[in-house]
Formats: sequence, C-alpha cells, structure tokens
Amino acid sequence: MSPRDVVITGMGIVSSLGEGADAHWQALTAKTPAPVLDRQRFAPYAIHPLPEIEWGQQIPRRGDQRQMETWQRLGTYAAGLALDDAGLKGDESLCASMDMVVAAGGGERDETVDEAILAASLERADHDILLNEKLTTELRPTLFLAQLSNLLAGNISIVHKVTGSSRTFMGEEGAGVSAMETAAARIRAGQSSHLLVGGAFQTEHSDMLLAYELAGFLHRDDWKPVWQRAGAEGGGVVTGSGAAFLVLETREHAEKRGRTAYAAMGPVVSRRSRRRSEPLAQGIAEMLDRLALPQTPLLTLSGASGAHEATAAELEALGSYENLALRGFSTLTGHMKEAQFPFAVALAALAVHHGSPYPAFDETREAAFDGSLDAVLATAVGYHRYEGMGLVTRA
Amino acid sequence: MKTTDSFGRPVIAVTGMGVVTSLGQGRTENWDALINGRSGIHPITRFPTDHMATTISGMVDFLPSSTEGASVHTYQLADLAAAEAVEQSGLPQGDLGGPLFLAAPPVELDWHHRLALYARSQTHNGNTSLIEAAREAHAMELFEESQFGTIADRLAERYGTRGLPITLSTACASGATAIQLGTEAIRRGECDRALAIGSDGSATAEALIRFSLLSALTTQNDVPEKASRPFSKDRSGFVLAEGAGALVLESLESALARGADVLGIIRGCGEKADDFHRTRSKPDGSPAIGAVRAALSDAGMAEDEIEYINAHGTSTPENDKMEHLSLSTVFGDRMKTLPISSNKSMIGHTLSAAGAVEAVFSLMTMREGVIPPTINYDTPDPAIELDVVPNAKRQAQVSSVLSNSFGFGGQNTCLVMTKEPV
Repeated sequence: MSPRDVVITGMGIVSSLGEGADAHWQALTAKTPAPVLDRQRFAPYAIHPLPEIEWGQQIPRRGDQRQMETWQRLGTYAAGLALDDAGLKGDESLCASMDMVVAAGGGERDETVDEAILAASLERADHDILLNEKLTTELRPTLFLAQLSNLLAGNISIVHKVTGSSRTFMGEEGAGVSAMETAAARIRAGQSSHLLVGGAFQTEHSDMLLAYELAGFLHRDDWKPVWQRAGAEGGGVVTGSGAAFLVLETREHAEKRGRTAYAAMGPVVSRRSRRRSEPLAQGIAEMLDRLALPQTPLLTLSGASGAHEATAAELEALGSYENLALRGFSTLTGHMKEAQFPFAVALAALAVHHGSPYPAFDETREAAFDGSLDAVLATAVGYHRYEGMGLVTRA
Repeated sequence: MKTTDSFGRPVIAVTGMGVVTSLGQGRTENWDALINGRSGIHPITRFPTDHMATTISGMVDFLPSSTEGASVHTYQLADLAAAEAVEQSGLPQGDLGGPLFLAAPPVELDWHHRLALYARSQTHNGNTSLIEAAREAHAMELFEESQFGTIADRLAERYGTRGLPITLSTACASGATAIQLGTEAIRRGECDRALAIGSDGSATAEALIRFSLLSALTTQNDVPEKASRPFSKDRSGFVLAEGAGALVLESLESALARGADVLGIIRGCGEKADDFHRTRSKPDGSPAIGAVRAALSDAGMAEDEIEYINAHGTSTPENDKMEHLSLSTVFGDRMKTLPISSNKSMIGHTLSAAGAVEAVFSLMTMREGVIPPTINYDTPDPAIELDVVPNAKRQAQVSSVLSNSFGFGGQNTCLVMTKEPV
C-alpha cells in the first residue's frame, strides 16, 4: 500500500439498464439479467436505448441543457453522478483543483438539415453551392458547440465547476483506455491528487450507426448475446447509449477527506496491435502477460464489442487462461465506444466493492464464478483498433 | 550538465521541429516569411464561397491532400511536420522509440463522400438509406475518415512510436496540450522521448460556416493579407487556417547521451479550465491568469524571467482584450514594454495545430535571436497598451518565452520555453 495508490471513490454510470451504481448492481446481479433493446427505431439494427433521465437532477439550469445535445447532456449528467457519489459535488475548492480527462467522439449533427441536403443533392449537380446555401441558412449557430468533442469537458466545467485541468482524448475505445491509463499514471506520479475521468456515447443518432456501418461492423436481425454473433448477419456489434465517469484520487487524498473507496485501480496497459500483420490474440496475450495476473480464479469484465475478428481474438487470448471467468457486459448494455473501458472498470470496481461476482450474462458461454473478488480484470479491445485492459483490486 | 530541474524532474529538451503553414513547407520557408512580415492569408479557392460572409483563409492549398477532405489533409500535414522534426532530431525515421501525442480536429465523414454514397443508395430515404448505402459500399477509406483514431494510428505506424497513440482535442489549445502530455510522460519516467504533433487540415466549407455562424471570423475579405490584425483597434475576428507543427521531445539526459542538438527546453506547462461560458472567458480573466501562473510555477520561474510572449492573439475583439487583461494582471506595468507578438497576424488561426506551430516559432525566435512581428498593426487599440513588435521584425536575444493557447470550452494552456536548460 502506498499513499499514492489510485483509488476509485465515485462512479456515475448510465446505460439502458438504468442510472447509478446501485441500479446497475441490481440489474446485473438479477437471477437472469436481461437486456433492454429497441429493435424498431433503427431496424435492422437493434440498439440499447437510454433510460428515462431527469436531466435537471444533475444539470439544474435549463439554459445549460439547451446548449447541449443528448451526448453532452449524458456525459455531463454521468459526471455529476460521479461527483455526487464521491462527495465532491458542490465542493468548490476541490472541484476547482480537480483534473479531468474525458474520452469523446463527436456530437450529434442536425439530421433534419442533413436530410434536406441529401434530398436536394439528387435534384441538382452544384453540390458545393447547395451545401453553402443550406448550411449558412439552416444550421443553428450553437449546434457547432454541441458537436465539438472537447465541449463535453467544457460543459462539465460549466455545470459542475471542475476546472483544475481539462483534456479530451479521441479515438473510439482507445480514447477511453488512454484516458484511464493517463489518469491513473498522473495520480501515481504525483501529477494529480484527484481526477474525474470517463466518457459517454449516445448511439441513438443515424451518424453514430453510420460510422460503424461504413465498414459493416453492425450486427443485424435477431439479437444475440455478444459471444454468439459469429456467423450471424452483419458485423457483430450491437451499440448502446451509456456513460461512465469515475472519480480517482490518491489513497492519501481519499483518506484525508474520510472517503471509503469502491476499489483501487491497479495497473492499466494498452496496445496498438498491428492487426493486419500480426495475430491480434497474441497482442492481447502480451497485455495479459504484462499485467502479471493472479493464478487464482479471476472475474473478467470484458468490453468485447461483438465485432467478429476482435471478439474471436479476445476469446482466444482470454480463453487460454483457465482461471479467467468472462462476463461480456455488451450483451446487456451494448457497445458504448469511448465509454466502454471506463464502464468496464466501473463494473469491475462494483464487484470488488460488493465482494461478490456477477452471474453469467450468457449462461451458454460464461461459466459460474465462485472465486475471490480481491481483483477483477477489465478489458476493452477495440472493434477496429487499439486495445487495453486493467486490474481493479481491493482498496 | 544538470539534467534534472529544480523539482528533481527530468529536463525536457526539444531535439527536432517541423512546421507547415500557409506560408510554406518547412522551418526555413516559414521562418523567412514570418520575419519578413509576409502573410499567408489568401482568397479561398478550395470550394465556392457563394453565400459566405468570409471568403479568405490561411488554408494550406499546395499539397496533394488539400482537396481530399479533412482527415487525409490533417494526416498529410502532420506527416510532413513530423518528418522534418524527426529528421532534425537525428533519430531513425521509423523508430522513434517513444509515444505519440497528436492534437487533431474532430473528424466527420466528408460531405462529398456523404453525397456520393447517397447517390448510390437504392431508396433515397434520408439517413436510413445512407447507412444502407454505407453497408453495401464496403468503402474502408470512408470508414477510416469517420474514425477518430485513424490519423494517429497511421502516424504511429510510420514513425515507429511506442504504444497506443493519444489523439486529443482541447480546441484551440490542442497543440500546446500535446506538448504538455509529452512533457508529463517523460517526467513520469515512462519514456525518454515523445513525438508531439498539432495538425489541422479541417478547413472545409462546413467548418468555415460553423465558425462564421458563431461570429468568430473576420469578414474583411478585400485585402486578405490585411485581415488578421491582432491587438489592433479594428480587429474583427480570426482568419481560419490550416497547418501543423511537430516537436521531438526528449529528456535532456537522453539527448546529451546520443549527442543530439538541443534546440530549446520545455520548461513548464500550465492549464486552467474556465467555467464561465462555452465561448467567452470569465470577465475577470482569472482562468487565463491561472494558466499563465501555473506554467510559470511549473517552470520554477518568476514573472520577470519571461522575456517574450508568443501571444494567442487571434484578432478577435474578445480574445485580444482578455489576453491583454490577463497578462497585465500577471506581469503588471512591465506588460507595456514586454515584447509580445502574434504569429496569427500572418498565418491565421491554425486551430488544433496552433499551440504546436507557435511553439516551433517560439523556439526559433530564441535560436535565431529575431522576434517575428505582429503585422497589420496600423491602428493601435488604446485600451490595449502592448509592445506588439509592430509590423517589422526585431533583433533581440531572447532566452525565455511564454506561449499562450486558449480555446472554446474554457481551455487555457500555457507553455514556458527556454533557450538553455538552466
């Protein structure tokens, strides 16, 4: 134990299963956890939609809510939950000195304007002029700010007064991995005493599905658990809206303010495997080696997306360790892109905190677990690139 | 030579620099233009400007990628800057041996590609059909264009950087944040060196329109090279621009051990977020003041040790006023005589790249002993009393520079650079 150990003292998580640590624990430890799905709205793609959220609970000013679209609202809301949970909400001095790393993609485009341009583009050839005409007259000026990646962090600063520092990482799952890895490294090195880290993903927008489907990554037709999509129609990914923010601090900082931690953040490792020239399973195995895992049975919260190649490689690599008991949470939440790794870490921390495991999320593929909860593994292997994992341990 | 700073941390040397802006490709072309007060701002030719209030920019139009969309162009700009930086560092081109930190604009599927996909769709039923067309097209290049991790992945492959590359955005402070992240990683002892790049090739029609709708851009189109006039009374907005800056950061110990030329030192970095408004800064300037002070404190330096300021100086009414207020608060009366100039008077605002591009120019200012001017300074703003090095370069021995970067979303990041390690 060291005063600079990284401990997790707050979490704000939202998914189709509900909001908050308790709601997720209840939903995920139910006898047979069941996914919440919307199969109609974006058919033939199923998605895991956001639950009903009373935004005003964490974003009291309506003016602030209006300045954001759902993605930013979701992240700002989850960040508020995390701060509340850590007992930091409204603590002006600690928020003003708090650092922040946000994993972000882009915000929502105006679908009405875009569709008007698409329709008009079939009628005329001067597309550049068409763009100028429509975009100069129909775009809402403030929409740009709702689309900018770093404005999720910006809104968290405005709404929750977190202003020590503000950095936004981009790059799908890898952004979430780097955010967690950098946050933990800064705390361990004494570069930060307390830090807010996380991400949000709002899938209920055609552009968010488009970005996956340009490479055919989305699963189609009948929904299946994440490990059972190989050979099915489409690319295997079912997306979900969700967010995960964590408050990390040094053990010393948490103890000084009398907070009990959920868990400690152990080592986090990341990788850029050359997937076209090297077997991805080997790359994932190399990360597992670096983590020096315990030999005893180990609960593993896998962020596997369902993408065929990446998911098969992760199964192969993790499967070669007989002591790992997988829980593919995307079966229940869907794939949350930038938020995927922070979410995996949050679920791992909850299991450590409760000292009890999650039941199988897919009884046909996941084994029962009755081992120790002193440590839990969390993974996020990108559907297309970048990989990461980390060990969450008892605080 | 001592290779740790007063806090016992590794001293961070710069051993390679590369830059591309509308002024040209490479350090030499850029520096020549910069000290001669030449502007790179020119009429937009990349796309028609019908219906647009602003028709000028500092786009980089001389590259093959200039018309290939934001993602490809941002990659090429970054690649050219990185190649020059790595070459100067003397490190092997394909084996940097440290992590990559890339400041880059958020990406989206380019409109031209969006419309081309739609034209191929069977049903023409709006976005639903676009997704169907995407599925049929198997267009991996379009997919890569929509992924935020693509550019860094390609750069990491090309330059042999280690680990998962970080792509970041802190809006117009991004370039400085990339340098800060590299500095912090070396200080943590994670690596001996890092490649920090700021690149922005995102000047599309839609980007121009978006900034225009926020009233951020100048509309003084008539004489493009006169449009960017930081700190002048008649400044009226920034000029959208493109470019890239790259720095090889290295622990001084590692640089000396391999006999590399030390081009300058990243002495300190500071930041402070603003919680006031999405685009405007807190009226008392306290976040920017906090960022400057944090950078000085991180550098272990006092205010009076700064000899020149490379301004954020966007030429918007708001920024220049607030930057003056903040600096005056930190530096007091000395601010009236402390030289400060804005490279943006000549290159425009290179957005995600600005912090890195301007760090390169700040380091060159110290090495060359010449301060680039703030051009177009014809009508001083009486409310902003500054020595902006007006209109003509100045010979001066400069041993320390403060470089400011401020951005939408309350981003404030400052760098302190010195010529010598101690």
